[in-house]
Amino acid sequence: MRAAVYSGLAAALLLACAPRVQADEGGARVPVLPLYQQECSACHVAYPARGLPAASWQRLMGNLPRHFGTDASLDAASLREISGWLQTHAATGQRASDQPADDRITRTRWFVREHDEISPAVWRRASIGKASNCAACHTQAAQGRFSEHDVRIPK
Amino acid sequence: MFPDLLALSTARPRGWLLAALPRWPALGAALLLALTGSLAAAASPAELLAAYTAEAGAAASAVRGEAFFTSRHGREWACASCHGAKPVQDGKHAATGKVIGPLAPAFNPQRFTDAGKADKWFRRNCQDVVGRTCTAAEKADVLAWLVSLR
Repeated sequence: MRAAVYSGLAAALLLACAPRVQADEGGARVPVLPLYQQECSACHVAYPARGLPAASWQRLMGNLPRHFGTDASLDAASLREISGWLQTHAATGQRASDQPADDRITRTRWFVREHDEISPAVWRRASIGKASNCAACHTQAAQGRFSEHDVRIPK
Repeated sequence: MFPDLLALSTARPRGWLLAALPRWPALGAALLLALTGSLAAAASPAELLAAYTAEAGAAASAVRGEAFFTSRHGREWACASCHGAKPVQDGKHAATGKVIGPLAPAFNPQRFTDAGKADKWFRRNCQDVVGRTCTAAEKADVLAWLVSLR
């Protein structure tokens, strides 16, 4: 009985500690900070850190009480931890110098380029609604995977 | 942080821990400390309701709570805009479309079991809906209504 409890515990620990990863076709997978996943995905998909330049993340994290029209304020310790992680894993290379309007991922050059084959009518479908609704088409978005292989565009 | 791990640390191993205590007193003491620390914010909906009611200094009213929850307060959203008029089933975030689990504790046992989490969401959502923090009386009324939903 006790052995079963131990092995159950061990298995659960292993499962719980397996890091979620974020990746798109542009680069290496990065383990997602669990606190980022927990706090941000309470309201929306945990957008990939490398999707926005560091300056955009800094502005967003500095203004959470007015976050795209809602109060997303955090306690000071969580704010510090998540901000630090986002700064470390923000966009690199050409993407780092992008200045997307309103600091929206959907207004970055890379996002617009990657989605340029999607017509406005598709974006407007009730099943999609808006470009920030990643999970409507990226079936593995909640797991941090945005590969084209996992894309299923709903009717 | 890790839901599975949290569930384990608060539920399953407790019997195991107690059984191990006499044999490894030092380990037991350390684990007990960790447990009581992690449980400091744990609560039940009834305890949170009692705390809000005590702070308000008046009895809570489920009828007032329902009216507060389903009405708009001079802004775009009511609580019900995201949680539904009777939050015994999934709601949907009015801006992002993200599914929100039921708010009534009878339909979602995780609700109102963490004082810190309840405070955080009252703080944020009252700003969005009312444009200010809610009073203890308003929180007590809403929670009284939510726990009455069966």
